[in-house]
Amino acid sequence: MTFLEKIYLPAILKGMYITLKHFFSKKATINYPEQKREFSEVYRGQHVLKRDELGRERCTACGLCAVACPAEAITMISAERKPGEENLYREEKYAEVYEINMLRCIFCGDCEEACPKEAIFLTDRIVVSEYKRKPFIYGKDILVEPLDPAKRIDVSARQTENVLKFKEDNRYSHNK
Amino acid sequence: MDWTLLIYKTVFLVIILLVTLLVAMYSTYGERKVAAFMQDRRGPNRAGPFGLLQPLADGVKMFMKEEIIPLTANRILFILGPSIAMTTALLTGVVIPWGDTLTIAGREFPMQIADLNIGILYVFAMVSIGVYGIMIGGWASNNKYALLGSIRAASQMISYELAMGLSIVALIITTGSLSLHEIVDQQHGMNWNVFSQPLGFLIFLTCAFAETNRAPFDLPECETELIGGYHTEYSSMKLGFYLFAEYINMFISSAVIATLYFGGYNMPFIDQLGLSSNAVSLLGTFFFFLKIFGMIFLFMWIRWTLPRFRYDQLMNLGWKGLIPLAMFNIFATGVYYFFTELI
Repeated sequence: MTFLEKIYLPAILKGMYITLKHFFSKKATINYPEQKREFSEVYRGQHVLKRDELGRERCTACGLCAVACPAEAITMISAERKPGEENLYREEKYAEVYEINMLRCIFCGDCEEACPKEAIFLTDRIVVSEYKRKPFIYGKDILVEPLDPAKRIDVSARQTENVLKFKEDNRYSHNK
Repeated sequence: MDWTLLIYKTVFLVIILLVTLLVAMYSTYGERKVAAFMQDRRGPNRAGPFGLLQPLADGVKMFMKEEIIPLTANRILFILGPSIAMTTALLTGVVIPWGDTLTIAGREFPMQIADLNIGILYVFAMVSIGVYGIMIGGWASNNKYALLGSIRAASQMISYELAMGLSIVALIITTGSLSLHEIVDQQHGMNWNVFSQPLGFLIFLTCAFAETNRAPFDLPECETELIGGYHTEYSSMKLGFYLFAEYINMFISSAVIATLYFGGYNMPFIDQLGLSSNAVSLLGTFFFFLKIFGMIFLFMWIRWTLPRFRYDQLMNLGWKGLIPLAMFNIFATGVYYFFTELI
């Protein structure tokens, strides 16, 4: 070691200069409950099962989402619409049970891409933590959006122009 | 018996005790804040505004913890250890001149509890006894890590006390007095000792870090090697006492450094302001505390900058580095005064 290295002081002062710079620099932490980190526009969080303008469930229990799901998180049981339930379900067939296991889900968004009825979407809501495994299996009570028009869940962020164009394209359309 | 003086001294003693404890308490908060800021974090900010109640929460937590005394430990010494550490840490504050004299109703009240004519030696004596708290605590725990920690503490204290004492000798040659009050008075204005004794100051500062067991010399308690060192077996408030004593030591040694090298309660341009003598005294105390807080910040700054020394490096620095340097400092100071006083 040279003399300057041996007396430590220049190195110590250099180190102190660095720590002092950090002392005044911007903090990496955010004050979580008061201040939330901004999400991406197209963040993929908890799913929603949309209703149409008249409040009818769009899902027709075709099972394409379950087929598309790489994590095999979606299960459903279909049922036939009875006369008089036209105000509840848009199609003649609907999902009696629709469950997503949030512990299996990898939030890839393949289900909404597969959906021919514009029924399932991923939203910017966070799946809350639980103490047991059971509550993570979300049923229709959690997934289907509220009937009240004021409480509908906005998914316009997921329907960008590209997505809409893609959905309208006849070559890829499954909706006909 | 002079009752006024007795009452005044008692009240002042209690005030100093409380201030010492308060500063030590908020040093823990300051330490965490400084550490956090230097690591780009925010530090405690949940308890109260800016987390100012955090020390209180920590204290309550310490009291609520289960009190464990190991079966194999020596009960009496186990309890004696933290008591000694705490007591000696608090005792040092007695000789420090916290301010100039106050004149109330024609009487002069010095803002110092005891103006010993051997003030510096008293400080050294107390600091040396302080190591017994660590040694006894580590030995009484009957735990090999604690024992290693206390052995390290003892040898480190002995090694660095030597260099510390020698650096003070050079200072005493300059001041010609051992009384802390007189040393401060000599540094009136900007006549601080740090300018006449820069080398001595550096040696003293380094030794002060070692004496207070602060990083980069925190070998007695290094968490990574000795899982806490001498206080491995301690829990609840006995652990709190050890940690607290460390912060009190830091406060007191900052006060001693400010007294010896940074002019104590003196500040530049005070004579030109034309204030009354009481106002000057109080302002001086305020400035003294500013200097102390600056030193405490330096302690923390160093701690969160430097990694811990290896044990042989520590001993090398102490015996082969600082002691010869301090000797040289004494020699140079002596030669300087010999020739200037000859003329």
